[in-house]
Amino acid sequence: MVNPIAGLGGRVGLKGTDGPEALARARALGAVPTAVPRCALALQSLLPLADRIEVLAPPGPMGADAATDAGLRPRLLAGLPPLLGDGTDTSRAAARMLEEEVDLLLFAGGDGTARDVVGVIGTRIPVLGVPTGVKMHSAVFGTSPRAAGQIAARLLGGDAAVRLREAEVMDLDEAALREGRVSASLFGVAHVPHVRGLVQASKAGARPDDEAALDALARVILREWPADRLMILGCGTTTRRIKRAMGFDGTLLGVDVALGGRLIAADVNEAQLLRLLDRAGPGGAGILASVTGGQGFLFGRGNQQISAAVIRRVGRGNIQVVTGAAKLATLDPAVLHVDTGEADVDAMLAGYMQVHTAPGQRMVMRVAAPH
Amino acid sequence: MSDVTPREYHQARWNEPVVMELGAPGRRGITFAAPDSASAVGAAADLLPQAMRRRTAPVLPEMTEHDTLRHYVRLSQQVLGMVGISLFGTCTMKYNPRLSEALSLRPQMAEIHPLQDPSTLQGLLEIVWNFEQILKALSGMDRFTFQAAGGADAAYTHVCVTRGWLEATGQLGQRDEIVTSIQAHPCNPATAAAGGFKVITLPLEEGGYPSVEALKAAIGPRTAALMINNPDDMGIYNPHMKEWVRLVKEAGALAFYDHANFNGVMGKIRARDLGFDACMFMLHKTFGGPKGGGGPATGAYGCTEELARFLPKPMVQKTASGFTLDVPANSVGKVREFMGNLHIVMRAYAWARGMGAEGIHEASDISVLANNYMEKGLLAIRGVSKSHPDIGGPRMEMTRYSLGTLKEETGIGVGEVANRMTDYGVDAPWLAHEPWLFPEPFTPEAGELWSKEDIDTWVAVVRKVCEEAYANPELVKSAPHNAAIAKVDGAGCEDPARWATTWRAYLRKHRGGAAQQAAE
Repeated sequence: MVNPIAGLGGRVGLKGTDGPEALARARALGAVPTAVPRCALALQSLLPLADRIEVLAPPGPMGADAATDAGLRPRLLAGLPPLLGDGTDTSRAAARMLEEEVDLLLFAGGDGTARDVVGVIGTRIPVLGVPTGVKMHSAVFGTSPRAAGQIAARLLGGDAAVRLREAEVMDLDEAALREGRVSASLFGVAHVPHVRGLVQASKAGARPDDEAALDALARVILREWPADRLMILGCGTTTRRIKRAMGFDGTLLGVDVALGGRLIAADVNEAQLLRLLDRAGPGGAGILASVTGGQGFLFGRGNQQISAAVIRRVGRGNIQVVTGAAKLATLDPAVLHVDTGEADVDAMLAGYMQVHTAPGQRMVMRVAAPH
Repeated sequence: MSDVTPREYHQARWNEPVVMELGAPGRRGITFAAPDSASAVGAAADLLPQAMRRRTAPVLPEMTEHDTLRHYVRLSQQVLGMVGISLFGTCTMKYNPRLSEALSLRPQMAEIHPLQDPSTLQGLLEIVWNFEQILKALSGMDRFTFQAAGGADAAYTHVCVTRGWLEATGQLGQRDEIVTSIQAHPCNPATAAAGGFKVITLPLEEGGYPSVEALKAAIGPRTAALMINNPDDMGIYNPHMKEWVRLVKEAGALAFYDHANFNGVMGKIRARDLGFDACMFMLHKTFGGPKGGGGPATGAYGCTEELARFLPKPMVQKTASGFTLDVPANSVGKVREFMGNLHIVMRAYAWARGMGAEGIHEASDISVLANNYMEKGLLAIRGVSKSHPDIGGPRMEMTRYSLGTLKEETGIGVGEVANRMTDYGVDAPWLAHEPWLFPEPFTPEAGELWSKEDIDTWVAVVRKVCEEAYANPELVKSAPHNAAIAKVDGAGCEDPARWATTWRAYLRKHRGGAAQQAAE
């Protein structure tokens, strides 16, 4: 599936093409669509498999054009309503792909497209993004069109080195981006194929996945956490591991509060958090937070419920950051960001913070406040 | 750079079965007559208690002597022989002089036993003592032990010494954290964790090394030690190392210098002068001992007089009446059997004596020159870039390169390139330790030994393979083509249902249980 207008804004200096106005401005500035050729580049990697797989694509620029340009002969996805020229086109095509029970949904677009796709698909079928948008913060994208095509080819070719993993999909505010502010929150989770590095096995041994280390860390944290101490859990898949270790799923995209190993308040807002803090016992309260994908945001993106007021009350020393070592290693530069909206709290959080990556292992990360 | 055409090469290919599949029941290399002593003392098997005897015979290959010889000659023909141009990377690969190999086979070395009385080992102990004096001069440390059987074991020795020191000073339990960096060799965090310490890792910042501020945020009353490489795995030197050590010592912790990458500064800087309490050298790399093929190695661990009382036992001591073996007052015990791989110490001693102080000093200059010569050639290749290009000035003895551009443009990554390089008779380079902070990394090290022609040849092979990646990526992807064994599917190494490290496991997992029972 191709979002034919994804990436249109980038070359002419706009941050994304969400909304008709931005799209019209991009076209007025002479933007040329690149999504179809970039997707075709990715699909070329599937040519050696052409006899063994069936390629299903929405008609025209929504997919079939790119597939045909790549030399594939796609079956057209039938039963689609007329195009409206917005995100609902993507959503409805994704819904049809789900009905067709495809093995992999390869989509070309940006963060907005990823959101529209994952909003429909969730983790029901694997998805992989061909990056053609302006900003790709979601972990569902290959590093390049060709890289995405290669991973897809290896997955469909039955390569055992290709595994599925959970990837966080970001919800980027393009209006804010156009004003020069990066503003993203966690939108959802997708199942994405990735290739584990096997070439190193001979000398170093493969580094164990973050997943196993974080599950072990979750158990250690719970064992050491005092029973009378309020636990404020941020959003995302990392803190969900801690929630699951306590026996509940909690709110993936929201903030939950636990006490004595039990969920006492789910999906709380700032006011509820402050009330809970008022009633906290002698054990006080602590925050368990993770770093959101791609940009390395700690506070102020997607977890605004843990507001400046909440952080001030809890105190820096009672914040425990938990994130996988591999995820931290992908941050370039290796810096975490906070943007709580209050300068004194940002300043309090800035500096160096020790992030827990596994039992008995921590990474010293610089936390940067907004300029 | 001279323009060299990579030479054609083809390995012998015997399609040789594993030894367990060769031979036939009852076949033997040599059969011996029953010993005369049997009538006097009875059958040898009767000397074993009943409960200790096997119920079934072990499954061993049954072969003639010439079948066995043929098998291993063929296997030896199916490798590059460890004498090719090997710019291995992130550690120094040196030629092992045949003279030292020959010396190691002489009875004075090959036929001695560690349980002999020290009075009968005086020559070897003198070598150990004399070589210790050389390493003391190169590092500024007061004592060295050679018990550790490799670099990681030497790092572990430091963790043990740290525990001993903490215990003796009443700080064990209070200081339970060891600080390292993300590009230190992974044996540092690994041995720290194995020794029961928490591991605090510093990521790289601007300039390619962790900042002083990050270190300050990591150390305190809980810090037991800093374990650090300089240069790190990336080949980048931290210019603030003296300040780092000062801060660590001020915090009351020990500072350990993993000197695995010593080649660029041999005879130039001394760990002690930087303030370190301890350091480690790899005799099987920097000092010309054999490495690779999983052979024995030696990590030389050195420390200050203050820490010497915690060293593993025994230590060689020089007395008026000769060399003795002493036990340090607060010894941590053993990190390896007996005294370690002393035949490697003998080779390292021969190397150091052969080179002399001036030779060692000059060798480090040559290794820096060779690396910078090689860098010119490698960076001229399409698809190759280097890490931290913004760092000004020449690099020292190694540079981290990336084939990220090549991967982006051709789909061919550094693993495939390394495989294809063996088709030209060049050893596949080591790439980089994890995590790969730069995509598709490789870190060749020219050292002082390789000639200009060798470096030209190596660079020409990289160039040739990168050109192939652009022209015919499938050729590189499916490499090696000229080797005894074609591309290996590594997926089995990830799958417990398939991996087999013993013949018994192989039969069970790949031939079904019936075959296994038959074999047993």
